[in-house]
Amino acid sequence: METLVDIFLLSLLVVTAIASIRLRDLFAVVMLFGIYSLVSASLFVVMDAVDVAFTEASVGAGVATVFMLGTLALTTHREKAPIAHNPLLPLLVVAITGAALVYGTYDIPRYGDPANPIHQHVAPRYIQDSPHEIGIPNIVSSVLASYRGYDTLGETTVVFTAAIGVLLLIGGARRRRPNKDQRR
Amino acid sequence: MRQYPIPRLVTKLLLPLILLFALYVQFHGDYGPGGGFQAGVIFGAGFILYALIYGLDEARRILPPWLLRIGVSLGVLIYAGVGVTGLLLGGNYLDYGVLDSHDPVHGQHLGILLVELGVGITVSAVMVTIFYAFAGRGR
Repeated sequence: METLVDIFLLSLLVVTAIASIRLRDLFAVVMLFGIYSLVSASLFVVMDAVDVAFTEASVGAGVATVFMLGTLALTTHREKAPIAHNPLLPLLVVAITGAALVYGTYDIPRYGDPANPIHQHVAPRYIQDSPHEIGIPNIVSSVLASYRGYDTLGETTVVFTAAIGVLLLIGGARRRRPNKDQRR
Repeated sequence: MRQYPIPRLVTKLLLPLILLFALYVQFHGDYGPGGGFQAGVIFGAGFILYALIYGLDEARRILPPWLLRIGVSLGVLIYAGVGVTGLLLGGNYLDYGVLDSHDPVHGQHLGILLVELGVGITVSAVMVTIFYAFAGRGR
């Protein structure tokens, strides 16, 4: 049953990806990106990573879609026609890179195998000691906020920096000056 | 969007639930999936929905940009401040165990709550700030 769900979701991902490459209307592409994120979130749920799925659904499918629509409103919603060129060389490069990536997946540890290296190192320590060290039921939260507190502080600072960057580039006061000039 | 009654009404009905759900995700993150980041995004998305339907000026009246700028930096300050408090109480930076002198587990609870609150405040303020910047630019 789970294999069936996986196949369904993964083929939906492929269809969405191909459709978003083929389409020239950027509004539709943004919507497809939102669908892509939502399908990815469903895949994360299937893999039991609900915290990641939650983030993907709210950020990828929700807020990022609105931001991209905002960008479209500032620019244009039609993609320029691509310059005509011979597709053989790009196709060759993509095929070789894809083959190398697929070859690389054979070295990845099998999904869900308890003998994987990641399950041998720090994960057992967290699972055994988190209940009496931190005392909260959601181990993901205790790892994110306490054991890996530095990482989360760094992530919060990154989000903070993003806002500062956007404000410096397109935010606030500079917009009003040309309006005043027009009024004069 | 002001002239369409259905989106307006649906927004009015949904907005309290979205904000309440954000608070649930924020403070229930210790027990279920979620936490400050997701809660902040949902809270911000609620206000973005409001701004989309009722207009940017109306949203700016309720959540003014100066308040958002305070929120953007306040969250990071709360997070870093919890770390510094740990240092002052004799522990390591971001070691929450020392926050409660009697029970380190309770200190961890308190530290995680405050830190997640900081993340939530920063993320929600950042999301609305970026939306204001994009939407204000287009007019």
